[in-house]
Amino acid sequence: MKLLTHNMLTSNIIKGVTKGFPLGIQVSKLEEKSVDFNPDFVARMIPKIDWSALKQAASDVGKGDEIPADIVPQYEQNEDFLKKAHHVLMEIEVIEGELVCPESGRKFPVSNGIPNMLLNEDEV
Amino acid sequence: MSTPDISHIKSSDYQLIYEPAEDSFLFLDALLQDINFIRNLRPVTCLEIGSGSGIVSTFLAKELGCPVLSICTDINPHATEVTKKTGLQNGISLEPVLTDLVNGLGERLKSNVDVLLFNPPYVVTPSEEVGSHGIEASWAGGKCGREVIDRVLPLVPNLLSKIGVFYMVVIKENRPDEICSILMKSGFTMVTVLSRRSGPEFLSILRFTRVDYR
Repeated sequence: MKLLTHNMLTSNIIKGVTKGFPLGIQVSKLEEKSVDFNPDFVARMIPKIDWSALKQAASDVGKGDEIPADIVPQYEQNEDFLKKAHHVLMEIEVIEGELVCPESGRKFPVSNGIPNMLLNEDEV
Repeated sequence: MSTPDISHIKSSDYQLIYEPAEDSFLFLDALLQDINFIRNLRPVTCLEIGSGSGIVSTFLAKELGCPVLSICTDINPHATEVTKKTGLQNGISLEPVLTDLVNGLGERLKSNVDVLLFNPPYVVTPSEEVGSHGIEASWAGGKCGREVIDRVLPLVPNLLSKIGVFYMVVIKENRPDEICSILMKSGFTMVTVLSRRSGPEFLSILRFTRVDYR
């Protein structure tokens, strides 16, 4: 699971959880994979990203230093920023670990890079 | 165009997940026919509900030839595993999520999905057969084959971006005209991209876009 995908996951599917975002990450296996850098794609993805959640996710996996705290102005033309965003969004993958609901503490396992968001009937 | 390489999927896998069949291949043909249209949308985010083997999302990502975020959900854990492998086998990075439909993704993907793909469990079956987490989930559609389809249709207007397009597979028994009128009420227009008879099934690939987009 890329941190890009983590940025799209919420746990407010659990009964009683209102926001459920961002999910904490407890990682036991992380991988970095090289992905071709496409500045146009990254720039068009940025508006869809919750940046503070991305920053937190990066910190959770020990990569918090690799992106700035905020989106920089005129990021579309800022290759240095786009490269950093690309790296954290596209190249860092959680292979094994758990995603943690910030409100209930419920843990969602990540196994073989695949998050399991299935709930038990009594949680819905 | 080339059909994705699925030689890595073993016959034992097909005990657990849906083996690509006529409906899958018709879906690929329809996406190929529409590929310039899809490319011109300049999609950023693709979402497939019930990706099974992963052949459809893999094919689309390959044919687009530009980077996209391809999130693939399935309720069957074996399907999510195979989806990931099918992507990798073809040099494509898919992002599988084990979940029911779009649970856990609906909030953040709201108005963000540019291409939504859905090859539903469309076979008419007794209602009791719907709702498993195994291979039956890939085909058992309950009454009129619509029980899972009817859970997805209300999600479509929320998920799709302004330019978003929704493709789905249906058979005649699913009453495509009724599906059309349901989404028409939310401001969508339907085109039948391709149809083909395969044994007892009369298959169609439907495309929905927003009326107010151009």
